[in-house]
Amino acid sequence: MLLDFHDRLRAAGITVSLSEWLLLMRGLSMGLGTLDIDRFYTFARLALVKNEALYDRFDQVFTLYWSGQTQAFNELIDSLKSPIPDEWLRQLEKDALSEEQKAQVEALGGWDKLMETLAERLQEQKEEHHGGSRWIGTGGTSPFGHSGYNPEGIRIGDAAKRQGKAVKVWEKRQYKDLDGNTQLGTRNFKMALRKLRHLARDGRADSLDLDTTIRATAKNAGLLDIHMRAERQNAMKVLLLIDIGGSMDHHAKICEMLFSAARTEFKRLDTFWFHNFIYERVWQSNARRHTQSTGTTELMRLYGRDHRLIIVGDATMSPYEIAVPGGSVEHWNEEPGALWLKRLQNEFPHCVWLNPEEQQWWNSTPSVRMTQELMQNRMFPLSLDGLSDAISTLKTPINPVSLNDNSY
Amino acid sequence: MSNYITTDDLQIAIDAALTLERPLLIKGEPGTGKTELAHEVSRRLKAPLYSWHIKSTTRAQQGLYEYDAVSRLRDSQLGDDKVASIANYIVKGVLWEAFESTERAVVLIDEIDKADIEFPNDLLQELDKMSFDVYETKQTISASKRPLVIITSNNEKELPDAFLRRCFFHYISFPDRDTMQRIVESHFPDIKQNLLKAAMDVFFDLRDVPGLKKKPSTSELLDWLKLLIADDLPAEALGAEDIRTVLPRMHGALLKNEQDIHLFERVIFLHKQQQNRR
Repeated sequence: MLLDFHDRLRAAGITVSLSEWLLLMRGLSMGLGTLDIDRFYTFARLALVKNEALYDRFDQVFTLYWSGQTQAFNELIDSLKSPIPDEWLRQLEKDALSEEQKAQVEALGGWDKLMETLAERLQEQKEEHHGGSRWIGTGGTSPFGHSGYNPEGIRIGDAAKRQGKAVKVWEKRQYKDLDGNTQLGTRNFKMALRKLRHLARDGRADSLDLDTTIRATAKNAGLLDIHMRAERQNAMKVLLLIDIGGSMDHHAKICEMLFSAARTEFKRLDTFWFHNFIYERVWQSNARRHTQSTGTTELMRLYGRDHRLIIVGDATMSPYEIAVPGGSVEHWNEEPGALWLKRLQNEFPHCVWLNPEEQQWWNSTPSVRMTQELMQNRMFPLSLDGLSDAISTLKTPINPVSLNDNSY
Repeated sequence: MSNYITTDDLQIAIDAALTLERPLLIKGEPGTGKTELAHEVSRRLKAPLYSWHIKSTTRAQQGLYEYDAVSRLRDSQLGDDKVASIANYIVKGVLWEAFESTERAVVLIDEIDKADIEFPNDLLQELDKMSFDVYETKQTISASKRPLVIITSNNEKELPDAFLRRCFFHYISFPDRDTMQRIVESHFPDIKQNLLKAAMDVFFDLRDVPGLKKKPSTSELLDWLKLLIADDLPAEALGAEDIRTVLPRMHGALLKNEQDIHLFERVIFLHKQQQNRR
């Protein structure tokens, strides 16, 4: 029964790890959170949810799962109080079973058989949803009470194969999130961003300055004279403007990767969002964009010229949205977007535009061509190569543009 | 006499951390008493408290020990006898001292998110096993009694998953009116009831103003009340009937930056305009 709860938590995107689940079990067996459902709720949340942003989701799952099941909960708690031997759980943590216990498993028809039946029961349980204590309540004696808690933690013999199977039975969704490419991608992005480093000595003097020390010691007639200096740190300041919503939804994933890579790489990174093109306001929190936005002029005042400006957007829209006052799809803009972009360029000469759209389509969209021209060909595809090119371009400032030239 | 008010779920969190000997990670809005919690726990358990305040330059090693090579080098130049033993130059860190404690200690790792992103990862083993090696003297230091570790974070950086998995996590939500009243009364037992009510009205209304950069928190409310009581202001002077018409008295204790004060003045202005139109 509790395992079903576990599955639902995972399905809701709360990734509960094996060790956390074991800890919950150990706590329950020691009498923590078993007094009533409120305490159980608090203790389960304490042990399983590690981010307050997920509290709400946890609450939803919890409500859905336990509503009208107070009786079942009490039975479960009763069953939990006695029959789960502490040693068992300790054993599980050690990821091993004793010879004797292995023999017991064999006696029950072998490991595979056990797993199969387990899978069937799980299936059954899901279909019927009566969630009685049968599944776990028999605790100490039923094979499912034992292994039910964490079959993937138990390894016997050729562990890899069987463990794989167990995992397949229990956590069908587990592999979904383990997308190795994401990390690889973020890492590559990080490596590319690393080129944008500007190292400066700043902060506490805590590393030995060998050269100065030797020179000073020699001057001091051989008596040691230590000199320290501050460590070098990345002092690059980056301002990131990201297009959000509409056609950008298709590129959400890659933008997220760039964002997470950039966030860890730079000490000073500020992110603002805009929709389609830059007008008089940008915002930091998408949920509150209508109440808490920042004026673009204020942005230019707040952030100095030493900031590198990276704009991310697909620049795919109606050309009017760039060139004409009032062209924005969302509001009445007094001045054309192109003018705002030019102002930004004058304020942040080190700027580039990254476009997540594939480069081969750029020419077929008029608004992309216009933006590319406005950016003086400083638009690059949001790929690893594109990012590297963009970063080398960031080193040189853009040619100053005249704000009165209304070519768009 | 203690005036720290805990909620039920916080108590469960501490019980669990004590029983299962896991670190307890506490997050919450600034001013909700995260750091104070550790002091309170140590007081109630009558256990010694070891605090480690993290800064951006703090390294994990500093919590264990530091080898002061520089002074050893200097001593060797001066021919000091101390120089013969390296142990004279090992400076104990907070965790070492806590591990050495004969009774169960409370360790506070304050504002862990201030440090480098690798910092929590560097402490995984030490917090798990509650022991570490000193390479210079080839000893192993392990805790005789596993200390209760309380870690606070202000959410400036995300903590690594591996670290989170080993902790219990509790988010101190902002106290509701009743809890807040208990907190205030425990600090100012003699406060006049009507002043308290008026002040709470102002305070919670103020927190509801959208767009404040820094919402006033518990500690600010307490400071403000201290000022009000010191001046012996009557409840009426707070203007609690309508927070939207005047800046509250001594607002400097509640609103800590000028943008917020401007914002608040704007709200008042808009509100007055609306009233005039009516």
